[in-house]
Amino acid sequence: MTVAMGSMKAGEPVFYVVDEHEHPEGSSTMLGFWIYLMSDCLIFAILFAVYGVLGAKYAAGPAPKDLFDLSLVAVNTSFLLLSSLTYGFAMLSMQQNRVGAMQAWLAITGLFGLAFLGIELTEFAHMIHEGATPQRSAFLSSFFTLVGTHGLHVTFGLIWLVTLMVQVKTYGLIEANRRRLVCLSMFWHFLDVIWIGVFTFVYLMGMLR
Amino acid sequence: MFDTADLTKLIFGRLTLESLPLHEPIIVGTFAMVALGGLALFGAITYFRLWGYLWREWFTTVDHKRIGIMYMVLGIVMLLRGFADALMMRLQQAIAFNGSEGYLNSHHYDQVFTAHGVIMIFFVAMPLVTGLMNYVVPLQIGARDVSFPFLNNFSFWMTTAGAVLVMCSLFVGEFARTGWLAYPPLSNLSYSPDVGVDYYIWALQVAGVGTLLSGVNLICTIVKMRAPGMTMMKMPVFTWTSLCTNVLIVASFPVLTAVLALLSLDRYVGTNFFTNDFGGDPMMYVNLIWIWGHPEVYILILPAFGIFSEVTSTFSGKRLFGYTSMVYATVVITILSYLVWLHHFFTMGSGASVNSFFGITTMIISIPTGAKMFNWLFTMYRGRIRFELPMMWTVAFMLTFVIGGMTGVLLAVPPADFVLHNSLFLVAHFHNVIIGGVLFGLFAGIAYWFPKAFGFKLDVFWGKMSFWFWTVGFYFAFMPLYVLGLMGVTRRLRTFDDPSLQIWFVIAGIGAFLILLGIASFLIQIAVSILRREQLADVSGDPWDARTLEWATSSPPPAYNFAFTPVVHDNDAWWDMKRRGYVRPLAGFKAIHMPSNTGTGVILAGLSTTMAFGLIWYMWWMAAGSFVALLAVAIGHTFNYHRSFHIPADEVVSVERARTELLAAGAKS
Amino acid sequence: MSSDAHAHAHDSADAHAGTRQGQLIGFGASVVLTAIPFLLVMHGTLDKQATALIIMAFAAVQVVVHMIFFLHMNTKAEGGWTMMALIFTIIMVVIALSGSLWVMHHLTTNMMPVHEMGQTP
Repeated sequence: MTVAMGSMKAGEPVFYVVDEHEHPEGSSTMLGFWIYLMSDCLIFAILFAVYGVLGAKYAAGPAPKDLFDLSLVAVNTSFLLLSSLTYGFAMLSMQQNRVGAMQAWLAITGLFGLAFLGIELTEFAHMIHEGATPQRSAFLSSFFTLVGTHGLHVTFGLIWLVTLMVQVKTYGLIEANRRRLVCLSMFWHFLDVIWIGVFTFVYLMGMLR
Repeated sequence: MFDTADLTKLIFGRLTLESLPLHEPIIVGTFAMVALGGLALFGAITYFRLWGYLWREWFTTVDHKRIGIMYMVLGIVMLLRGFADALMMRLQQAIAFNGSEGYLNSHHYDQVFTAHGVIMIFFVAMPLVTGLMNYVVPLQIGARDVSFPFLNNFSFWMTTAGAVLVMCSLFVGEFARTGWLAYPPLSNLSYSPDVGVDYYIWALQVAGVGTLLSGVNLICTIVKMRAPGMTMMKMPVFTWTSLCTNVLIVASFPVLTAVLALLSLDRYVGTNFFTNDFGGDPMMYVNLIWIWGHPEVYILILPAFGIFSEVTSTFSGKRLFGYTSMVYATVVITILSYLVWLHHFFTMGSGASVNSFFGITTMIISIPTGAKMFNWLFTMYRGRIRFELPMMWTVAFMLTFVIGGMTGVLLAVPPADFVLHNSLFLVAHFHNVIIGGVLFGLFAGIAYWFPKAFGFKLDVFWGKMSFWFWTVGFYFAFMPLYVLGLMGVTRRLRTFDDPSLQIWFVIAGIGAFLILLGIASFLIQIAVSILRREQLADVSGDPWDARTLEWATSSPPPAYNFAFTPVVHDNDAWWDMKRRGYVRPLAGFKAIHMPSNTGTGVILAGLSTTMAFGLIWYMWWMAAGSFVALLAVAIGHTFNYHRSFHIPADEVVSVERARTELLAAGAKS
Repeated sequence: MSSDAHAHAHDSADAHAGTRQGQLIGFGASVVLTAIPFLLVMHGTLDKQATALIIMAFAAVQVVVHMIFFLHMNTKAEGGWTMMALIFTIIMVVIALSGSLWVMHHLTTNMMPVHEMGQTP
């Protein structure tokens, strides 16, 4: 490349681009969003670290075995996993420019997300009702914060999803919208990856204690 | 339904008339001065009808150069505030002997040292460093702007919003009295029930969003927008250190965000992360905040290293010695800076194995830093050194920083640290590296790039005054603190019993006064330079006979930076162009695609400020309302798909023609 | 390098969609990798330590599966920078997590009064 540019006329160095292509808008977006996700990943890492250090400090309060219902967690996990699959299908429809199918898959993804949140909130409400509040012990503080932060991310993902569906409906599958859909897909799958950590380290390992 | 008291509480939260510090004469006086100054400024801007200009050309700008300049202005304004705090502390410590209480009560004094630390790191050093990176990096890599110009504007305003919150705490309520890292349990609600810590938390959270996004932005810019031919190993060293700094920002600020969020949960919701009861562990906070805190100091110093590298090679008239080793040293420091955090709390009691590990990693980090020092020395060796202002700051840095580095290695020895922990020796050490390293670097950078930004050089006489006052003042102010630290005096003390210590504090106070003269000279230097801008003008765009791409364009550069994107063949691209007979293109200009200005950043940051203010004062309606508005504005912004425009070719032609004429006139004279 | 920068500029969003087959493989693998740990914990008879090690291994594998089949990670996208960022992040996560646990474990062992140590043997 350098050689080609350096010697377009023999020996004569070229110091600037004469025939310039416009810098396409948004060419850095994917990388930028990925870097943002990495920083988000570190927030979760810290919450996991806090859970790792404080997760066994029950302060004579309830322990995971008294609180967690693994079958409920399994259902929730499958909802999130299914939503990842349906989002994947939405992306495939986008690739084939089938807007209707894509919107439908996005809507299904959103419903799975809502169901996930609903179950999580039910679980929280149940725990709080039993007196296992975030204030009860360091274990519960770190549990609610870690799982709640994930839930908050899912909530924002849902808001974003709805926004994007409106935008696709209004402006069509233009380049900018495609880019945004890809970013949201990275976000959504990323949340699923975080959830693997949550169900493994919080729920499953918690039941082993 | 409500009686009046309930209603007032609903509307104003815990904000009452007593929250205004009317009983503190010092603060009332400050407020009067700030209010008068503010009114005068406001009046002047209104009188000269500048609001429209400021809004259109500056506040809403997405031009990285203007945003960079605004960051610098923010940093310098906050420097005055942070330094006022420093002077107050020095005065208090110099007179509070022999039973005297000094002039600051403990309530006030504790806020002063906390505010000093917070402001100097977050709202002086960070904006100045970010400002320089913002201004210089796109020019150095031959780009027309950063990757995400709107985010850049938003980041700046979020940083400003944080600064506004800190300033607000001076007059409405109070600031934290906890020290600059707000360790729990002191910062928990039970020991700090008032708004100080909340101001601290939300100022840092709001500013942190800006810092993180600008980190992402600059990484993408450097990775994706380099001019053709500029491979990674042909990037200027300042760009390299900026890349590493921004990697550190993105990898460490989330930790700060998370740990402050946990602290605020403890304070607002009553969780038990860092409490003494119910299994909470305050030391976890200390552990986490230093996982952010140590990389943070490298975030500040790495760009300074980059500046010194550019300055040394330019003013020695030589290629930088050991470019490759410089790059690797920077990368190694980036990684290692994550492996040393425990040296800030050796005394917490993790035991010999943990302490030795972190002691050794800390000592290892001095090796790449030492390598850099030798690289600069060898660059100067047999060079034709021109002792212009930037070079003077560089030499002062090399002498001063080595002392700070050596005391740092001393502190890295855990047994020695048990003696020196929390003493004034530590205070002297980190001021030695931050002033001698970061601040001297920033002054070198300002003197070096000022002519690029404004088209005229800074006045040399006042620059030298500032330089000597700063350098001499620094030694006077901090060498006594090393002595006092070795004698066992701890930091953050308000009064002293032992009269034999007083003389050292008096000397340190004199040093602080000399630094005051240094800061004054710096401001005078800028004023004088503006007045003498005709004599100091530089039309060439390359006043220092420099080596990197930012000097290839005019000073100040046009909005589009480069009419044609440069092609790079060498590390010192501009030097190579000059040497091989580059001819500036005079024809064939095309329309240039540029991002449009937007006011969304200002609005979002303003809403963040009100949201934070609502949270601080428990005005829940305000916090919730601002949050909803924030969301709405952010979503609304995404419905705007037309965010760019073309600078027409005619305009490019006329701008470039003006430069041609200027260059011709310059060549004649 | 510079040629990459230009090639990527045109790298369209579609490259991130993968194939239907890939999605299904990823999903199937994830279902298996999720179900086994749940079954092991809910109905398993292995001792606790072995179970813990196995489910952590399964989690690690599942993360990789998600990265490949859902997030379409590879070493070529964006000139390798996404992969570079990921590797760097993993290093940081490992340092912060294991470092915190190590530091805080030693602290607790050394500094906490014995009567509060009911949990540890």
